[in-house]
Amino acid sequence: MLKIEAVIQPGKLDAVKDALVEIGVQGMTILEARGHGRQKGHTEFYRGREYSVDLLPKIKIETVVADDIAEKAINAIIAAAQTGKIGDGKIFVSRVDEVIRIRNEERGEIAI
Amino acid sequence: MRLRSVKVYLAVLLGLVLATAPAFGQAASTPKVDSGDNSWMLVSSALVLMMSGPGLALFYGGLVRKKNVLGTFMQTFAMMAVITVLWAVVMYSLAFGHGNAFIGGFNHVFLKGVSLTPNPTYAATIPEQTFMVYQLMFAIITPALITGAFAERMKFSAMLVFSVLWALFIYSPMAHMVWGEGGLLNAALGGKFPCLDFAGGTVVHVTSGVSALVTAIYLGKRIGFPKEPMPPHSVVLSFIGACLLWVGWFGFNAGSALASGTLATSAFVATHFGAAAAALGWLAAEWFRNGKPSALGGISGAVAGLVAITPAAGFVTPMSALAIGAIAGVFCFYMVVKVKNIFGYDDSLDAFGVHGAGGTLGAILTGIFANSSINPLLGAGKATGFFEGNHTQVLNQAIGVGLAWGISIVGTLILLFIVDKLIGLRVSPEDEAIGLDLSQHGEEGYHAEASAH
Repeated sequence: MLKIEAVIQPGKLDAVKDALVEIGVQGMTILEARGHGRQKGHTEFYRGREYSVDLLPKIKIETVVADDIAEKAINAIIAAAQTGKIGDGKIFVSRVDEVIRIRNEERGEIAI
Repeated sequence: MRLRSVKVYLAVLLGLVLATAPAFGQAASTPKVDSGDNSWMLVSSALVLMMSGPGLALFYGGLVRKKNVLGTFMQTFAMMAVITVLWAVVMYSLAFGHGNAFIGGFNHVFLKGVSLTPNPTYAATIPEQTFMVYQLMFAIITPALITGAFAERMKFSAMLVFSVLWALFIYSPMAHMVWGEGGLLNAALGGKFPCLDFAGGTVVHVTSGVSALVTAIYLGKRIGFPKEPMPPHSVVLSFIGACLLWVGWFGFNAGSALASGTLATSAFVATHFGAAAAALGWLAAEWFRNGKPSALGGISGAVAGLVAITPAAGFVTPMSALAIGAIAGVFCFYMVVKVKNIFGYDDSLDAFGVHGAGGTLGAILTGIFANSSINPLLGAGKATGFFEGNHTQVLNQAIGVGLAWGISIVGTLILLFIVDKLIGLRVSPEDEAIGLDLSQHGEEGYHAEASAH
């Protein structure tokens, strides 16, 4: 099982969510996040005073999938979230040892 | 201690009895109340209160950091309560009672003789109590305006004491000099230096704005200013507040006609035009300088225009109002974004940059643009403003403004010194760090845990 964490532009959430559901991803967790990569921030002016805002609003999607659909899920995210411009975000993939469904204590891939 | 409070209670009670007694006696031979005038003045009174209540509180509250939002609201709200009581007890008398050229007397203490019949000296067609309550709303918003300069760092207790003293010793004499019977600057009622101030440009905005500057400098900067970023926590709140100010200002300016006749219409139009032109002026200057016109810039400009048009509203044509607004919008923009940074004082919410600077400019421009066709206050057919040929009026305006600056600077310094020695002005650095909401009021404006479910 693999955990896919994708940090994307807030405006791309619906497209990415739909793309993941379409290829059979069962569930996901969405977090409102703030951060920056190489994009850095922007400048804001309030009554002439300049403020640089480094941490920009982002959406982080977390989902755990079976190994065999991981690549499909990653491609789906890329296809839906990519604009080609700086600030599109990143995807992190890591291995997950165990998944447990609290309701009936099922374990492993069946619990995803 | 007990005995003392009983004595105070008896004194207050006696005052109230004395105050109510003559009200019945006077009713016989008095001018008639005009229901149209009275209804407009009651609506205007409510509109001016709306400028403090939601208007200014939201405008200022949005500009501070979120840990200080309730503290900022409370500074304005407290004025609505405290100044009202003070006004009833003694302030109305000090501002509008019989006195000398500088301050009223004690003949209206506890509102003695302030009845439901008109007082023809001030307004012949509305009950004096309407006039009294209308003027009260001005006395409320004026000290509330100052709070913008010491935002985020003053003790609530010190703010209360300072505001009460300021209202008594600075607002009352200024109001008497400009509007009171026999006041030194009163253009309508025999002043030595007739100063044109239709709705309180000098009394309200110059005094509060200049006192704000003094307070900001005396108190010092907020911890971390200007290195640490302190952007407004919600321009949305400020936006709503500023738009409420704009609407409320019709009561402030058009209401200052003290009747619902043509002068009210003229002041209403001038007020609206001044605000619109100033919003455009500020936005244009900002667009030119920073590359983008901002929402905060637009509303700040509108407020600056409303300030500048306040003394002029009942004296100028609609076209002059557009000119005054446009000048004020650009002028206040540079005061706020340039001049403040040159001197480096922390006038946190720009009470001086908008009200002090805009009020001073407006007072001078009133002397330039005033026209006898709008308001023949100086005598029918007599030239009123500079453009009409009355060149000395600008000088009178400058005397009025200069006096307001002088009284505000000296008076505010003395009062700040007294309150500082008495109870201390600033909150402790720890309290400043956690914010006024928690440290002064024990509550939070935005409670994350409470809203989760």
